[in-house]
Amino acid sequence: MYEFNYQKASSVADAAEKLGAGDDARLLAGGQTLIAAMKLRLANPTDLIDLSGIAELRGIKADKDGITIGAMTTHAEVATSKDIQQHIPALADLAESIGDPMVRNMGTIGGSIANNDPAADYPAGLVGLGATVKTNQRQIPADEFFVGMFMTALEPGEIIESIRFPKPKRAAYSKFSNPASRYAIVGAFVADTGDGVRVAVTGAGASVFRVPEMEKALSAKFAPDAIANVGVASDELNADMHASAEYRAHLVGVMARRAVEKAVAG
Amino acid sequence: MSVRLSMTVNGKPVSADVEPRTLLVDFLRDQLRLTGTHIGCDTAQCGACTIHIDGRAVKSCNMLAVQAEGATVTTIEGIAASEDSMHPMQTAFREHHGLQCGYCTPGMVMGALDLVQRHPDPDENQIREGLEGNLCRCTGYHNIVKAVRAGATAMKNG
Repeated sequence: MYEFNYQKASSVADAAEKLGAGDDARLLAGGQTLIAAMKLRLANPTDLIDLSGIAELRGIKADKDGITIGAMTTHAEVATSKDIQQHIPALADLAESIGDPMVRNMGTIGGSIANNDPAADYPAGLVGLGATVKTNQRQIPADEFFVGMFMTALEPGEIIESIRFPKPKRAAYSKFSNPASRYAIVGAFVADTGDGVRVAVTGAGASVFRVPEMEKALSAKFAPDAIANVGVASDELNADMHASAEYRAHLVGVMARRAVEKAVAG
Repeated sequence: MSVRLSMTVNGKPVSADVEPRTLLVDFLRDQLRLTGTHIGCDTAQCGACTIHIDGRAVKSCNMLAVQAEGATVTTIEGIAASEDSMHPMQTAFREHHGLQCGYCTPGMVMGALDLVQRHPDPDENQIREGLEGNLCRCTGYHNIVKAVRAGATAMKNG
C-alpha cells in the first residue's frame, strides 16, 4: 500500500472540508473494499478521511412509514436490528446475506452504495424498495443514484448521510451467490410497495436495473406464475468465468420468482 | 508521517507511533509481537487474521491499525483466563481435533467465539454458516464443527 495522509473527521461538514482540501482524497467508511483495493494498489488516494468518528452517521430510526439508516451503519447492525426485522424483514435478510460475519461487522451501507459494485446486494434493496439517499447536499432517489458500473450520481465532495426506506406491503430478496465471495451472481429484490410493484436486479448487468415487464405483470397479479413467461434479454448482461450472459438472464427469472414466492409467504 | 495510536489489547493499554498505512494485523504481529494472529490469504477471504474489536469479529488484514484507535482489541492470546490455561473453545478444538496444520485455528476460534455470542446454542447449520468467513485448506470442516458445538456447550455450562 502506498503512503497517504490519514485524517479523522469530526462531523460531516469537517469531512467535506477535508475531502475538498486533499489532492485525491477519499472517504473511508468500513474499508472492506477500499482497504483491499489500496493493498493491491488499485486505489492510491493521497488522503483518507475516516468517517467512523461521526456519531450522526450511525444508527437506525423507524417510524410508521419507513426506516432511516445512517450511512455508517454496518451490515451486521442492519441484519440484527429488531426494527428492520419487524418492518422490512427483506432488508435484514439482504444484509445478512452479504459476505461473511467479519465483513458484515465492518462493512457499511453507505460505503457499499457509494462503491456501487455491480454484484453488490444493497443497490437491489435500495432500488427495489424505492429508497432515497440523503447526502450533505440533497436527496437522491435510488432510481437516479446508481448510474453505472462503480458509478453513482454523487458529485465530488458529496457525502452520503443516510438512506430512507419506505415500508413496503411485502418484499423479499433472493440471490444466487458466488459460493466463495457471496457476491450476487444474480440477485432480485421484489417489493409490493402499495404504489405498484418494483423488481430490481443486481449482479446481472453493469449496475442494478429494474424489469418493467415483470413489474407490470406482478402489479396485475402478485404471484410467481405471473412472471413465468417474462424474461430479460441477455444482450447487455455480464459474462464471466462464473456465469454466461444467457445463464444470468435465466437466473433473473428464477431469482425474481423465488423472491415473489418468499414475499407472498411472508 | 506517523500518527499516535492508543488502544487496549488483551486487557492492557498500548500506544505506539504508526504509519497510517500499517495494517492492524501487522501492528499486532510486528510491533506488539502477538504472532498468534496469522496472515493467510492477506486478501480478507480466509479469516486466519480474525480478531475481536469491541467484541465483534473482524479481519485484521483488511483494516488499518488507525481504525482501531481507542478500541478494545482481543486476539487469540487474550481469550484464556490465565497463561497456563486454555479457553473452553480452545480445549474443544484440541479434544475434537478441530485442526490439522493449525494455521487457520486462531481465526477459527475467534470466529467461533463471535458466533457463540450470537447463537449460544448453535446447530450444525448455524456453525457452518457462521464460519463462512474462515477457510481451512487441510481437510474438511467436520471436526471443526464438532469442536465449536462442544465449545459452545462447555461455555454455557461454564
